[in-house]
Amino acid sequence: MTWILDNLDLILQLSVEHLRQCIIAIVLGFVLSIPLGYLAWRFGLLRGWVITITGMLYTIPSLALLILLPTVFGYSALSDGNLIVALTLYAIAILVRSVVDGLDSVDTGVRGAATAMGFSGTRRFFGVEFPLAGPVILAGLRVASVSTISLATVGILVGVTNLGYLFTNGLQRRIIPEVLAGIIAVVILALLIDLLLVLAGRMLMPWTRRSRGSRTVAPAASLGAGA
Amino acid sequence: MNLLIDAWLWIIAPEQWTGNYALPTLLLQQIGFTFAAVGIATVIAVPAGWAIGHTGKGREIAVAISGAARAIPSFGLLILLVLVLGVTRRPEAALVTFVLLAIPSLLAGAYTGLQAIDRATIDAARAVGMTRWQVLWRVEVPLGLPLLVGGLRTATLQVVATVTIAAYVNLGGLGWPIIQGIPLGRFDQVLAGAVLVAALALVLDGLLALAQRAAVPRGLRAAPRSAPQADREPTFDKPRQTPDALATRSSS
Repeated sequence: MTWILDNLDLILQLSVEHLRQCIIAIVLGFVLSIPLGYLAWRFGLLRGWVITITGMLYTIPSLALLILLPTVFGYSALSDGNLIVALTLYAIAILVRSVVDGLDSVDTGVRGAATAMGFSGTRRFFGVEFPLAGPVILAGLRVASVSTISLATVGILVGVTNLGYLFTNGLQRRIIPEVLAGIIAVVILALLIDLLLVLAGRMLMPWTRRSRGSRTVAPAASLGAGA
Repeated sequence: MNLLIDAWLWIIAPEQWTGNYALPTLLLQQIGFTFAAVGIATVIAVPAGWAIGHTGKGREIAVAISGAARAIPSFGLLILLVLVLGVTRRPEAALVTFVLLAIPSLLAGAYTGLQAIDRATIDAARAVGMTRWQVLWRVEVPLGLPLLVGGLRTATLQVVATVTIAAYVNLGGLGWPIIQGIPLGRFDQVLAGAVLVAALALVLDGLLALAQRAAVPRGLRAAPRSAPQADREPTFDKPRQTPDALATRSSS
């Protein structure tokens, strides 16, 4: 315990850095997944491709991806940009599916009613379909953010500093509290972001509050990248 | 792209095929850890998942535990367990880490498989006089099998990818060329390791995709896939049938 108290500054500093890398990746992944998911949902042919490619992305271990990406695209493996790109790709792999599933879950009658009322394609998407797909997309976003935050620690193996530093440094110096502090900090960050997402969901989608017990709001069953 | 050729040359070099760190040995270690961990996790998680799915109780707890487990970084847990159990118990530490990693997907696969079954089917099974156990073994388990195999597939992929980090605590596996190569700046062997792990993962994924298809009971194959999904499928393939007609109509 004394190690943790003595090094609170370091833990805090690494947490902030960790959070910065993860938030960029999650936001980028979310923003990119919406058009990708929409296209996959809208055009049957693309759907198969998108599902296959994102599924294959999942089979690539993060450590391998962190080396492969810079090699293929010719940038430094040691920059934190590299980690952010890899994390963004994993986030997209989870989120594109959620966007497609979410849009699938929108009642056809509602969509038809919006069209009948004269909503244009764009307005119908942002005003009706996207909000109604929200609960499913939020479930995917929660899975994506938790796995991103936990996965990011692997970055230390290619030289990107974040909370993973406490693991490698803790092993070298055989300080158990240091490693434990790293794990706890990662879990706290993950739960914190998860809580913020749930609260944001309740604020932005007030109609889901009452039907909370129903199926869509529960965290998605089981997606998550291996480390 | 030259690096890819270098990686290939590293793989086929004779030194990589002999000694303690011969590629076949590393591959076997990777596969061994994966199968052992997924096997143990199956024994623990599947009966629990079936119990949850059959009784409908404990789902909230299962979801909460799975969610929390996903937040724990495997890399950190592995190192923590190595330090706590002692350096001589590294294989056990790694196994525990990978088992814990595999449990949430398998648990979810087992209970969503049972929950996705139409209640009328189960009522019908009761009505023809089946006992609880018969309903479980002859109706629920077969019908839930595709989703369970889907969970097995996710778990296997997660574990096979994560076993890569076992090399960091000197347990071999295909992560060894990666972990050993990074500080040396030997990117040919790093890339070679990365490609080999990805290839192994793709092969396992393909095999399990076939298993998943084979797991669909014969009576269900011809039927339209209109069964409601109780939870998100823990699988990556089999998109639900695209409502093409619907999409076309609504876009007008």
